Amino acid sequence: MLFDSLPQINPPRRVVITGAGIITSLGTGWAANAEGFRAGQTAIGPVTLFDVTRQRVKVAGEVRLPDPMPKTNLTRSQARRMDRAGKLLLLAAREALEQCQWSAPHNVPLILGTTSGGMSLGEAFYRQIIQRPHSTRGQPTRVIHYQAQRQALDAVEAFSLGGPITIIANACASGANAIGHAWQVLRAGRAERVLTGGYEALCQLVFAGFDSLQALSPTVCRPFDAQRDGLAIGEGAGILALETLDHARARGARILGELAGYGSATDVHHLTQPHPEGSAALSSMQAACQTAGVCPSRVGYINAHGTGTPLNDSAEAAAINAWAGDHAARVNVSSTKGAIGHLLGAAGAVEAVACLMALNGQWLPPNANLRAPDPVCRFPIVRTAQDREFEYALSNSFGFGGANASLLFRRWP
Amino acid sequence: MIQVQGFGAVSPAGWGVPALRSALSAGNPIPARDLSYPGSDAPLRVRPTPPPATRPEFMAHPRLRRTSPISQYAVAAALEAVGSDLSAIRAGELRLGIVFGVMCGCVNYSRRFYAEVLQEPATASPLLFPETVFNAPASHLSALLGTRSKCYTLMGDPGVFLQGLATAALWLHEGQVDRCLVVSAEEIDWLIAAALNLFERRAVLADGAGAVYLSAMGEATVELRCVTDAHLFTRTTPREMAARKAREQLGPASPGEPLFDGTIGVADADSAEAEAWDNWDGPRISPKRILGEGFSAAAAWQTVAALDSLASGEHPSAVVSVVGCNQQAIAARFCRVRR
Repeated sequence: MLFDSLPQINPPRRVVITGAGIITSLGTGWAANAEGFRAGQTAIGPVTLFDVTRQRVKVAGEVRLPDPMPKTNLTRSQARRMDRAGKLLLLAAREALEQCQWSAPHNVPLILGTTSGGMSLGEAFYRQIIQRPHSTRGQPTRVIHYQAQRQALDAVEAFSLGGPITIIANACASGANAIGHAWQVLRAGRAERVLTGGYEALCQLVFAGFDSLQALSPTVCRPFDAQRDGLAIGEGAGILALETLDHARARGARILGELAGYGSATDVHHLTQPHPEGSAALSSMQAACQTAGVCPSRVGYINAHGTGTPLNDSAEAAAINAWAGDHAARVNVSSTKGAIGHLLGAAGAVEAVACLMALNGQWLPPNANLRAPDPVCRFPIVRTAQDREFEYALSNSFGFGGANASLLFRRWP
Repeated sequence: MIQVQGFGAVSPAGWGVPALRSALSAGNPIPARDLSYPGSDAPLRVRPTPPPATRPEFMAHPRLRRTSPISQYAVAAALEAVGSDLSAIRAGELRLGIVFGVMCGCVNYSRRFYAEVLQEPATASPLLFPETVFNAPASHLSALLGTRSKCYTLMGDPGVFLQGLATAALWLHEGQVDRCLVVSAEEIDWLIAAALNLFERRAVLADGAGAVYLSAMGEATVELRCVTDAHLFTRTTPREMAARKAREQLGPASPGEPLFDGTIGVADADSAEAEAWDNWDGPRISPKRILGEGFSAAAAWQTVAALDSLASGEHPSAVVSVVGCNQQAIAARFCRVRR
């Protein structure tokens, strides 16, 4: 049962990560991305997936998909019908599942975040109706595969997961909310294992949407820089295999880290602009730390939402300043969006994997393209990769509509 | 115990639960209208929600002046559901969570915005784009209610509404919120009607919203007893089997227990659900036969109709079955509380 009224009194369970998969414009897999982040690479280039000749901005963080795709339990026709978003999800999920080595995952729920699912198929559906209204060729497939549940169902079938499927569409916080929700499901004893994360594929509607808002950087995306002028859009996926600590220990699993806390809050200030003081961001950061019983002085690194837009970064900086208080000068902060772009519904999940990489390797990912930090930042911004001992990393994700989420990760000794 | 504190509905029958109740008790399908679309001589058939008798006050809220119908329906249903708790929510005396379930989402503005992008991206409207995002209606609802607690927008097929009830129950059970609104809404657009037409020509697209207001404490007379697992449609578990699993998991019916199902009155489309529930002894109510195919909103109407029948004391318990379009079969049971 998803819910039954019988009282379930479970002491909160600890939740650990035993698998992580990632695909971004830096490459496919943990190693390629860890190397890219650590080296401070920037993987933003010309958009080739759709026409951007009439757009103000013409670059994004496009992923190179492997060809052919790896084999899974999908039939040839199922695999052929998968869209780009589904492929990104599949690749990250595959890596996470290979790493965690779960046996018989038929009762594993899938909790995902995305903002637009297979939107490029929705676009194609519309174009065909307008351009060739009497042709329905390929249209039913587009209708079905445009929907996010289809990508999730493909992942379920590809890896023989059992479900249920939960898809959270909380704009740019979707991935973090999905991981946080998975944490709550495990913590409450509603499951022993959950596959979770976020995925997003580039599409014309969303790219043009951010361009219409003049939110895309016409120069270079440089979060927290005093001269920042916008974000870069990216695509990719990040997937985590989460399980209760007891379950992981019982099977002798290799633990990559602990998901120690989660907080979420809603900013009602404006549909697209954060409250200037970052009040909901502050609430979500505080809630994540409170659920873990961790004070800010124990957090060694923050992977900031840090989109590179003037309003987002100043609001987030205000929130971090307030959250850290006297400790602000000692908490290291960076945004990885300068390197791979803003992955929207996948951002929180990909950045969760970046935090795990940092905790595992005990290094801090640099904030690409930073020249002169915005003076509003009372905290140090990581300019080059640094080796550093730290126990906790906080990951922030803030989205349209006021969706705010923070995840707190702990190094596994 | 998860209690039902209130519910609300906006549907082709009108604005409010009384309109829904009247239409279902009359038992006559709401008249459908023609909806033309580009390049086609044959119009599509739809059942839109009629305009409200008087313009609701909330439409003057700065957030709602420019929204498309989906947000307006969602807000109207939510306000009806929270009833007299509104002032306590706005005063911050109650931590209100919101779970918004949706299948098609903000299609009016998405289509309009994409049309502008194709025509001339340099002048595509920055006012339209934010309203295309799936969580825009939930965001507007949060702003109108002034709530800063958890707010999720869940995507999926119509079963997403019952999934939302289970999510809300988890939040309430864990004490993360004091009250929780579960809302689903959809809006009519020729793009969706044309898509539906590819799969079932006899289905009539409808729009509107439904909302259920839950708490873990209080003196309510109806409780959410259970929500089954979401049984997925896969290669090895076709739709029929998933529907049967949901039925089996729900357990036996009590005598005279009504079933609020999601059949539309078209044999092919209804076969999986009809087979799974074919030996149901109690009365059956099929709101979509009256109102039309409203996807996640229709699942909410089914639930609201079930709750309305319990609130009136007509039955001690009621079951809602949702056999979705392309994801899952799921069911829920609600019971009257003996006090």
